[in-house]
Amino acid sequence: MIAYWIQTASHAQLQGLWWFLCSVLGSLLLFLFFVQGGQTLMARVAKTAEERSLIANSLGRKWELTFTTLVTFGGALFAAFPKFYATSFGGAYWVWVLILFTFIIQAVSYEYRSKPANVLGTKTFDTFLLINGVVGVLLIGTAVGTFFTGSNFTLSSYNFVTWTSSLRGLEAAFSLFNLSLGLFLVFNSRALGAMYLINNIDFKGVEEFEERLRTSTLKNFLWSLPFLAWFLLQILPMDGFAIGENGEIYRQTWKYLFNLVEVPALALSLVAGLILVITGVVLTAKTEAKCGIWSSGLGTVLVGLTVFGLAGFNNTAFYPSKVDLQSSLTIYNASSTVYTLQVMTWVALAIPCVLAYVAYVWWLMDSKKMSVAELSNPDAGHMY
Amino acid sequence: MIENFDLTMVNWARAQFALTALYHWIFVPLTLGITWIIAFYHTIYYRTGSEEWKNLTRFWMTLFGINFAIGVATGIILEFEFGTNWSNYSWMVGDIFGAPLAIEGIFAFFLEATFFAVMFFGWNRVSKKFHLFSTWMVAIGSNLSAVWILVANAWMQRPVGQVFNPDSARFEMNNFAEVVFNPIAVSKFTHTTSSSMLFASLFIISISSWYLLKGRHEKMARRSIMVAAVFGLVSSAFVGFTGDEAAYEVAQHQPMKLAAMEGLYKGEEGAGIVLMGMVDSDKKIGDDQDGLSFKIKIPGILSLLANRSSGSFVPGIEDLVYGNPDHKIMGVDDKIVKGKIALTQLDAYKKASKNGDTAAATAALTMFQANKEYLGYGFLTKPEEAVPPVGLTFNAFHLMVALGTVFPLVFLAFLYFSWKDTLKEQKWLLKGGTVMVFLGLFAHWSGWIVAEVGRQPWAIQDLLPVTVARTNLTAGTVATTFFMFLILFTLLLIAEVSIMLRQINIGPKEVSE
Ligand code: HEM
Repeated sequence: MIAYWIQTASHAQLQGLWWFLCSVLGSLLLFLFFVQGGQTLMARVAKTAEERSLIANSLGRKWELTFTTLVTFGGALFAAFPKFYATSFGGAYWVWVLILFTFIIQAVSYEYRSKPANVLGTKTFDTFLLINGVVGVLLIGTAVGTFFTGSNFTLSSYNFVTWTSSLRGLEAAFSLFNLSLGLFLVFNSRALGAMYLINNIDFKGVEEFEERLRTSTLKNFLWSLPFLAWFLLQILPMDGFAIGENGEIYRQTWKYLFNLVEVPALALSLVAGLILVITGVVLTAKTEAKCGIWSSGLGTVLVGLTVFGLAGFNNTAFYPSKVDLQSSLTIYNASSTVYTLQVMTWVALAIPCVLAYVAYVWWLMDSKKMSVAELSNPDAGHMY
Repeated sequence: MIENFDLTMVNWARAQFALTALYHWIFVPLTLGITWIIAFYHTIYYRTGSEEWKNLTRFWMTLFGINFAIGVATGIILEFEFGTNWSNYSWMVGDIFGAPLAIEGIFAFFLEATFFAVMFFGWNRVSKKFHLFSTWMVAIGSNLSAVWILVANAWMQRPVGQVFNPDSARFEMNNFAEVVFNPIAVSKFTHTTSSSMLFASLFIISISSWYLLKGRHEKMARRSIMVAAVFGLVSSAFVGFTGDEAAYEVAQHQPMKLAAMEGLYKGEEGAGIVLMGMVDSDKKIGDDQDGLSFKIKIPGILSLLANRSSGSFVPGIEDLVYGNPDHKIMGVDDKIVKGKIALTQLDAYKKASKNGDTAAATAALTMFQANKEYLGYGFLTKPEEAVPPVGLTFNAFHLMVALGTVFPLVFLAFLYFSWKDTLKEQKWLLKGGTVMVFLGLFAHWSGWIVAEVGRQPWAIQDLLPVTVARTNLTAGTVATTFFMFLILFTLLLIAEVSIMLRQINIGPKEVSE
């Protein structure tokens, strides 16, 4: 059945499938940013070295998962939409370099923060984690914002990119719309981070820390709201980038509202996502529940799917050019060949398997919560 | 037409790639090799339940973890550098090159990341069996990721399973199996994994030698040396065998690289291999000088290794540049002419198609197809540009092979004196042993220099030179990020080495008797 579908699917179907798969990876990433959000809580919400250490050791068992998802997201985009990979990374150079920079400093910080003779000191490594949590997520948010506001590039007849802004991508951060998406993500990640920690830590001996995390969940959620509202209010009436009959790109007012109406799954996913996010927050802030992360996490994934879906489906150009409309990238003109997408689809059959073992190991490792006692037990294993 | 070149930008981008790759490659071979050895130690612990083996496992695991973090940090840059600095490349071959990178993520990185957490933190959380299983999965996961990235690299050395599509003006995949089972990928993978195992053995020998010299953790050090010397000896044999295979593949598909590796300017029948030699820096391509100012050669061996026949002809750099009709070798100038025809006809084809002129389009396409094999040469301006830096390639190759000859002797010596139980008295050997890890690193770096410098100017052999593969950036931009990465990586390396030395100084936990 599946084999038959893969071998007979049209190019457009495969392109749609791969935009969906990339969206799933991207949305999972937005959820897994609870790691980044959690990192930012080390600065103020945690009051003592012990609490910071609890956070580091709790997140330290997950950060690589987020990192790997980011890398795989990049790899999947490269394989499925190479023209996007080339245009965006080569064009919006400085945004990507800065984002990468924040992830380099993250990658060493868990391992090195508390090791003796670490040269830079725990404080520096914790600051690295903070930078990654704020700047990294903010810039990724603004980069996603350009899916709707467009970028400054032209493509030659050989599809080589010329970027027309000397800021090379950083100009995206000066758009209020892009910034609000970025800031929404930062606060949402912080709320998710707090909920994850509540779920993952055994607070015996640090009960008050739990209270602070619960308050922080609510606060960060409330902070995220105006930015989300601004994003939604702006996106609906916006002049979107639509694909015409012959593949030409034109501006269409209310384009993204039309997408929501014409693809009800997107509207549904947005509403369900928001409800789930709110449910998680309310459960966490108002009850003793520890499962808020699951509800808000799933909610974040659904909202993410809507954002990526709005950008790429329903004849929409997902990486539009402001300066030369016809250079805009669509899932149709930016993709790999039918053959490559077929091969990649065969490979993608392994994804459920991967998800399954990731989930199994997560469950196995977290069935015993991270505790203060464990921090000081020399026999417990590796410590951050 | 395809944009004009900014050579300084290209050189900065090359330097940046070399920098990040060399930093990354301090950490990768250790990861690839030591995960197997740790899995081995862990298995013994699982079987015997002995605390000593547990402490040994945990000690090497700690060092591995410190190293792994920075490997991840440098690795992410490499993946995205294809996009940032080499975006024309990413576009032109993304249809083929992206797939192995994505597959690496899906199949290998998740395996590594998931089980890494269990391996490090699972001591009291999961069953002993599952814990051991996880340690093995980390070893398998890291080596699987090597498969895919080496498939990608091998494809650049020998681009199989693809066809150029004149409409999209890019290379497109038409046979995935050919890409994956590219013989160069096979030789690269086996050579890289065996030399990584060798490197991990050297790492363990270095640290353990130091302990023996200091008279600390002696029992553990002896045990570690025993295991490492055996692993090292076996992997040395594989390294030699797979290295020979790699050289054969180079000879068949990248004769220019082979000529540079051997400093061979004028081709020979029954060509000899240079045991020792020095590159003559005054040598100009085409003049009468030999290219090596001093050399000791064993006759016939190069021909034997390159073509599996001792009398056969091995072309030199000058045969390849200027052509050699006797041996049916086309010169680079002829290839440039053909490449330029391919490029102009491609342009003509695109214009004619756009204007709806089918007849002209078909004519241009036919001409293009006849010459497309030489597409990349059309970007060169003079034949000498097709020659890689000979000195660097030659020296790197000879250093690697020389070290590859010394290492098995070192392992043998350690084994012999361990067996005699007089290792502690062999101060000279132990002192030498402590620096072995650095020599191993030089051998690894040399290997990559051979593979990558030796194939310049090509990003994709014969099809795409680095000058075209680049992104449209100013030299200043790339130079800035070069220094950003240089400073950051150096800082992180200093932290890493300092932490590592401290952990070595602390040493494994001793079991109180
Ligand atoms: C014993 C004799 C050896 C021979 C004949 C040999 C041969 C080669 C050749 C021909 C290449 C280039 C392959 C290409 O351009 O595609 C290569 C690459 C390489 N070598 Fe060696 N080598 C030897 C020893 C070693 C040793 C001792 C190490 C490290 C401990 C090492 C590590 C590497 C690495 C990392 C590469 C780059 C990856 C690759 O292209 O496979 N080699 N070797």
